[in-house]
Amino acid sequence: MNELPQQLANGLILGAMYGLIAIGYTMVYGIVQLINFAHGEIFMVGGFGALTVWLWLPKDFALGVAIPLMILGGIIVSVAVATAAERFAYRPLRNAPRLAPLITAIGLSIVLQQIVWKWYPDAKKDRPFPQFNGGPFDIFGANIQRGDLFIIIAAPICMTALGLFVTKTRSGRGMQATAQDPDTAKLMGINTDRIIVMAFAIGAAFAAIAAVAYGLKNGQVGFRMGFLMGLKAFTAAVLGGIGNIYGAMLGGLVLGVAEALATGYIGDIPGMDLFGGGAWKDVWAFALLILVLLFRPQGLLGERVADRA
Amino acid sequence: MRQRSIIAITAALAAGSLTLTACGSRDDKGGSSGDKTTVVIGVDAPLTGDLSALGLGIKNSADLAAKTANKEGFVKGIEFKVEPLDDQAQPSVGQQNAQKFISEKDVLGVVGPLNSSVSQQMQKPFNDAGLTQVSPANTGTELTQGDGWKTGDRVRQFKTFFRTATTDEIQGAFAADYLYNKAKVKKAYLIDDQKTYGAGLAASFKTNFTNLGGTIVGNDHVNPDDRDFNAVVAKIKKTGAEALYYGGEYPAAAPLSQQLKDSGQNIPLMGGDGVYSGDYPKLNKKAEGDLATSVGKPVEQLASAKKFIADYKTAGYKDAYEAYGGLTYDATWSIIEAVKLAVEGNDGKLPTDGRKAVLDAMSKIKFDGVTGTISFDQYGDTTNHTMTAYKIKSNAWTPEYSGVPKVG
Repeated sequence: MNELPQQLANGLILGAMYGLIAIGYTMVYGIVQLINFAHGEIFMVGGFGALTVWLWLPKDFALGVAIPLMILGGIIVSVAVATAAERFAYRPLRNAPRLAPLITAIGLSIVLQQIVWKWYPDAKKDRPFPQFNGGPFDIFGANIQRGDLFIIIAAPICMTALGLFVTKTRSGRGMQATAQDPDTAKLMGINTDRIIVMAFAIGAAFAAIAAVAYGLKNGQVGFRMGFLMGLKAFTAAVLGGIGNIYGAMLGGLVLGVAEALATGYIGDIPGMDLFGGGAWKDVWAFALLILVLLFRPQGLLGERVADRA
Repeated sequence: MRQRSIIAITAALAAGSLTLTACGSRDDKGGSSGDKTTVVIGVDAPLTGDLSALGLGIKNSADLAAKTANKEGFVKGIEFKVEPLDDQAQPSVGQQNAQKFISEKDVLGVVGPLNSSVSQQMQKPFNDAGLTQVSPANTGTELTQGDGWKTGDRVRQFKTFFRTATTDEIQGAFAADYLYNKAKVKKAYLIDDQKTYGAGLAASFKTNFTNLGGTIVGNDHVNPDDRDFNAVVAKIKKTGAEALYYGGEYPAAAPLSQQLKDSGQNIPLMGGDGVYSGDYPKLNKKAEGDLATSVGKPVEQLASAKKFIADYKTAGYKDAYEAYGGLTYDATWSIIEAVKLAVEGNDGKLPTDGRKAVLDAMSKIKFDGVTGTISFDQYGDTTNHTMTAYKIKSNAWTPEYSGVPKVG
């Protein structure tokens, strides 16, 4: 049987999740040129926020009805943590050398992991996350799991909403202006502090939605889940062109598909059987990243911007 | 270009942060109590990080053994104390802990570690210092018998290393035997997580399964931190495998098995003691029919194990004893037995060279522990080769078959 449709579907679903997380990296970078390495942990706490809501609900509550509440719970926790991080960890360092906030972000990432490890009940190992009952759907020869429907529906809605927000609303245009030149934007009467908080909050909300998708897909959330996903999402953001929101999603999808195809096919090439499979997929994904950056250093959809003076 | 160089530095930092984990804390050492001599048993296990659930179970079980010995007055005039150190599942940290134990003169034995890779870094310093080490969880065959074990050239590596866990060789052989002869599976797919434990187990399974006449229809390796295995699962489909053998631990095995079955392949996943965890069916909605092997007879068939479980509950530890609780208790108890022998052979007093006396006594001890009769063979391996295969039935592990595998 032909496994190509299946592998493409696997890759796109995984990639959409990378893309949603990558939005957070790319928006924050676009506006304050900070790579927020704690973003993977923002994603992780969102998953635990959603899980907490699920545990609070009565036992026989329908998962389909609970999901909006779980998303809300995840978003509240993620946004609260992200905006608090911005206010207390990053804002005091806004004018410090760039490495200072970067190191702060890494430190914050470790702190958040340990806080969940220490104080969330039973979080020293992976916690089970609710999943839909029932079998998969067959779409064009690919098995699509019920839990994956969530990301398939959520990702396009999120992207459309974000696109409209950035181009059509006052705050969105303020965001674009701040990204282009924060000082001039401030002179034009834009409250840049508010815009920066907003960028963190939107990224965190998207990460929380991705975390719910992760939980539904894999049936578990754990305090370490943000590390690898965060690293991959950061890669996706760079691949798509950091600073560009559509680039982040495209980068995520390309990365996801590349991983799935590398797992599925590289090992079948004669003489390459040692370099295929699940263990080497990350190597091939990063090889692709290097290749893209060689020919398009600004990323797939990135624009060549003049360096700041 | 400045922004791009920032990205480069960031990437380097990201790689660096891979190796960072938080520091562990340790309990303060108390003073000696009364006229009793204090003997310290060191415990090395990952007390933080993703394997901390297993590590904390090890720490608590060792503590329980020491407390039980003190309460019973098992060795007259000796007060046992447990000193736990966190190795964060990292070999370099394990080696630092080993040096610390060696430098403390009242440490007469060390229980741990959890990971074979950590053990490889601890064995040599302990050997040079003549300090006894008993691991409850290391299964790498080469740790005791050297790299030559595959060709039959078995040589004891370190005179100070003992373990209550069985070897990958025995566990893999048992799994292959069960799958081929009892479950009648002729074609298996093989996946491991590339860690010392997972790869060793998978290699042993492969050899034994092929020798029995089975076919390995394909193999793959995964990253233990991954939770999405759909791409790997899609590959298994075309091979017509009747079972999947996974060398690795349950956090990855659970989603792997579920995704396997979600893809429409109703074949069981089989794993070793790393998969045999009560959390496995909780994390895996489609665990029904999955298999795992573990050391010793099932807990409910051993009176000593019931006592251990009851005592553990009474002691009120916050974390569960997990997969290695019983083996840790036995490992700790073996050191306590050795101390007893040493003290009795020296007119009821601890010999001045306590470490040497304990080490000499290790090969002589024999007692009924939580997991069965405990004694050590000429390599330092446990002589208890009984293994049990478990199957998930109505969402819980149920014993299927116990036996001693033929290795070869």
